[in-house]
Amino acid sequence: MPDVAPFRQYQLETAYDELLLNPNTPRPHYRLLAERLRELPPDELARRQQAADLAFLNQGITFTVYGRDEGTERIFPYDLLPRILTAKEWDTIERGLAQRVTALNLFLRDIYHEETILKAGIVPRELVYSCRHFSRQMRGVSVPRDRYISIVGTDLIRLPSGQFAVLEDNLRVPSGVSYMLANRLVMKRVFPQLFASYGVRSIDHYGQALLATLRSLAPQGRSDPTIVLLTPGVFNSAYYEHTFLARQMGVELVEGRDLIVHDNVVYMRTTAGLRRVDVIYRRVDDEFIDPLAFRHDSMLGVAGLLNAYRAGNVALANALGTGVADDKAIYAYVPAMIKFYLDQDPILPNVETFLLSDDRQRQHVLHNLDSLVVKAVGESGGYDMLIGPHSTLEQRAQFRDRIIANPRNYIAQPTLALSKAPCFIDGQLEARHVDLRPYILFGDQISIVPGGLTRVALRRGSLVVNSSQGGGSKDTWVLY
Amino acid sequence: MLSRVADSLYWIGRYLERTEHTARLLDVNLALMLDQTPAAAERRWERMQTYLAWQYDGIPQTYALVQALTFDVNNPGSLVSCIGAARENARQVREQISSEMWEQLNRLYLQVKRATMEQLWHEPHEFLHNGLKEGIHLFQGITNATLSHGECWHWLRLGQFIERANATAILLDVHFAEPSGAADAQANYLDWVGLLKSCTAFEAYCNVYTADIRPERIAEFLLLNAESPRSVRFAADQIAISIQAIAANTLGRRGDRVKRLAGRLQASLDYGQVDEIMADGLSGYLASIQQQCQQIHTNVYQTFISYPVETALV
Repeated sequence: MPDVAPFRQYQLETAYDELLLNPNTPRPHYRLLAERLRELPPDELARRQQAADLAFLNQGITFTVYGRDEGTERIFPYDLLPRILTAKEWDTIERGLAQRVTALNLFLRDIYHEETILKAGIVPRELVYSCRHFSRQMRGVSVPRDRYISIVGTDLIRLPSGQFAVLEDNLRVPSGVSYMLANRLVMKRVFPQLFASYGVRSIDHYGQALLATLRSLAPQGRSDPTIVLLTPGVFNSAYYEHTFLARQMGVELVEGRDLIVHDNVVYMRTTAGLRRVDVIYRRVDDEFIDPLAFRHDSMLGVAGLLNAYRAGNVALANALGTGVADDKAIYAYVPAMIKFYLDQDPILPNVETFLLSDDRQRQHVLHNLDSLVVKAVGESGGYDMLIGPHSTLEQRAQFRDRIIANPRNYIAQPTLALSKAPCFIDGQLEARHVDLRPYILFGDQISIVPGGLTRVALRRGSLVVNSSQGGGSKDTWVLY
Repeated sequence: MLSRVADSLYWIGRYLERTEHTARLLDVNLALMLDQTPAAAERRWERMQTYLAWQYDGIPQTYALVQALTFDVNNPGSLVSCIGAARENARQVREQISSEMWEQLNRLYLQVKRATMEQLWHEPHEFLHNGLKEGIHLFQGITNATLSHGECWHWLRLGQFIERANATAILLDVHFAEPSGAADAQANYLDWVGLLKSCTAFEAYCNVYTADIRPERIAEFLLLNAESPRSVRFAADQIAISIQAIAANTLGRRGDRVKRLAGRLQASLDYGQVDEIMADGLSGYLASIQQQCQQIHTNVYQTFISYPVETALV
């Protein structure tokens, strides 16, 4: 980029750059943005960033940081500049995700019923059974319309070649969609003309689409189903999102103590008496959802819910036991699943993954810890993770011990150069690593709102984009 | 509406009313003490503690008492505790109330958290009167202007007016129970004015009866006046209206008993005569009002909020 403000600090590196084609030329779909940025008076960007931050604060769009002080509320850092995707790029993403989610859903149905994929030896049986999120309680249970995963948030990254790849499937209770919607609202307020001149596809219908998806799961004969959103409560880090989605859909936001199971039917306690509940969009993890079936010390769940669910009197989204399919070791087999169930080649590739339960792969990983990323299979949010190139000798020794003690619990991947996008930092534009989490809904059919949450690693050089670890986010534009 | 949500709304109403009441008592009494002897001030503090059903644990000096009633987080009746409890309830029903209401309540809470005893001590009027009471009035105005006047609104009102009816009855009871200090006409006058001001009813009283202060008229005004928003009768009317509205949403005859209780309280105030009430004993009458408020509260909970499952299966 020519040496003009605000681009002076912006450098092209080895990672794929979302903005620049070569050091002097922006990519065609970023040209308009780059021009507009050059024209703006120097303080204008800072002024707009302030306006955006204030908008988030006033609306109370916050998440909770767990700590001593009865939950501290913070805003999720928002970066002013949009991340832009072309129609062609989006088309690939959309088809790839639809294919992947279809296969994962078939896989879940299969392992809880006929187990054809295990019998065929495509996925090792012990890998499935040893998964912490495999739920024996779900064996032989038929779920409404065979939809195990109705709400998915898949993490994509862009490889140096420009191709998108899947880093993680989040099939339990993916969060962040409220930030996607809030980012867009603030963006439209802060950069109205730029937004209008670009031709960006709308995401405003997400609430309706989610409601339609949940409605499609209603038990038979319940033509006007009562849908609720089950939250762990006000101290949960995503509580804001729960209130936001409940309001968007116009459904009740309930806690475990609001629900009662009687004769295998779920009711909510209202001022007008008990009212039957047909579909529960639950944002409570499996293990806490029913103290009779899972953790008996859970205060967040509903006693008897699993039995009501097995009786087919209530639908849950997502189904129970879906975590087995986003286990990071099972992840390695998703391309094989796509081949097995759909007889297709995966449109979106996986990232190369080493399974540490395999002796040869483990030896390789233990010799190359300083260049690999090691992750625990059942964790999310960037916890229990080693980034080799950024680690100390001591941390590597610790992970070596942990891997040897419990090899099934870890996988390793090469350290990936996530693509970089321009961010407004300290009055200048700088390149920061980003990923992309689109939100997939699977009701009558698969639908994906064109966009997603682009998460940014705001610390220079950092590869960790999680909100709990110093990440921020951007609005994501998909063009017509 | 979810019972848990109704519960939270009801307590937002009660806690905010309680905050306003305590703030006004402090404001009025601190101002009146300026005109009185230390002995009278001491008596005034004792009476304050009776109003609030609270006993200060220590040497009852004005500074310490004001601090305990304002900033002590360990005192559940302090202003900071009440506002905090209202806000915590609001946080749990944020999707039910308007954003403007939440923002105002949040602002009010932060304002109290930021305030210091130092500031209050030098400018009590500024802090208690302008800061808190206006803040709560603004919240009520915002509520009326931005929230649908449906069930949600009625739960807030129900809490507010049950709290008000009860607090006003206690206030009257404590005042009338004391032997009238006829010896000191001046102190006596200030006491009665203090009672009216504690209900922001001094000006309204003068409009009806002129500034001729007579205990019997005060009792009539604070108990039976149909138009003053501070009278017990007005509160009972609002309680009955809100309960009718809430019960209208329930099926069958579930709301009947609580509607009858509210109607009985309302009727006793609508048709009451102050001379008869005084002749029969004001104290007994006021005790009955408090008892009826308690009954309504209990029955509202049994009917709408924490009912046994068996009674509600359709």
